[in-house]
Amino acid sequence: MIPISWYLILAAALFSIGLFGVLSRKNAVAILMGVELMLNSVNINLIAFWRYLKPEVITGQAFAVIVIAVAAAEVAVGLALIISVYRRKNTIIAEDIDLLKL
Amino acid sequence: MTPLQIIFIIVAVITLFAAIKVVSSRNLVHAALWLILVLFGIAVFFVILSAGFFAAAQVVIYIGAIAILMIFTIMLTRRVARDSGAQHNSNWWAAAVLSLLLFTGLSWILSRWQGFQSTAQPMLESADPLRQLGEGLVAPGGYLIPFEVASILLVAALIGAITVAWERK
Repeated sequence: MIPISWYLILAAALFSIGLFGVLSRKNAVAILMGVELMLNSVNINLIAFWRYLKPEVITGQAFAVIVIAVAAAEVAVGLALIISVYRRKNTIIAEDIDLLKL
Repeated sequence: MTPLQIIFIIVAVITLFAAIKVVSSRNLVHAALWLILVLFGIAVFFVILSAGFFAAAQVVIYIGAIAILMIFTIMLTRRVARDSGAQHNSNWWAAAVLSLLLFTGLSWILSRWQGFQSTAQPMLESADPLRQLGEGLVAPGGYLIPFEVASILLVAALIGAITVAWERK
């Protein structure tokens, strides 16, 4: 059988890669991709803990369902914002989007 | 090494490689395609973890909707996506150091947990997680309130996305 440590290390690595993408990418869509990686690694952790610790209690799966719903909402609004900014500023480079700056 | 462990290692290597390509490839359309591969790999992990519903939901929601939505956005902002300039900002090395620190810190904290090497108990034949999940999400004593809040959130996101992206003439 696979020990739980494999899943936890894999999820930690995926989360770190996603964090790197969020912090280092210039393009706003690429930043959203990094966020997706991070949310998915959290889902792996939730499902792994559900399966290994208490498979008879459904809490881990219910939590993962909520995470998926929130991720879908986040991507829809984020991409709408990106399209709107692109119309107005003609760029989606995160550094050039400074409409809120004085 | 059991066959399951070999499958896990192969899928994990592919997933991590694809994840690195997602954050490093210059062409954003390629990055989106690598993202789809990562999401497929995670669906395989859900299958190994005997969470079949989440494997299906992963394919339908993430690959079928979210990844396609991202590709649409990349196409709509094509002039920027095709930009051949640097795809990373000047602080990318700081981001790399921070990510490595986070990974080592997480691994260190996790390795101190005494249940770190525990293996899964076999699922009971009578257990039906999907039925349990379905009942848990609509039972007043279960997760009815979070479920309803999530549905309100989805409606708000739907209306918000339309409002934000609306082109006013």
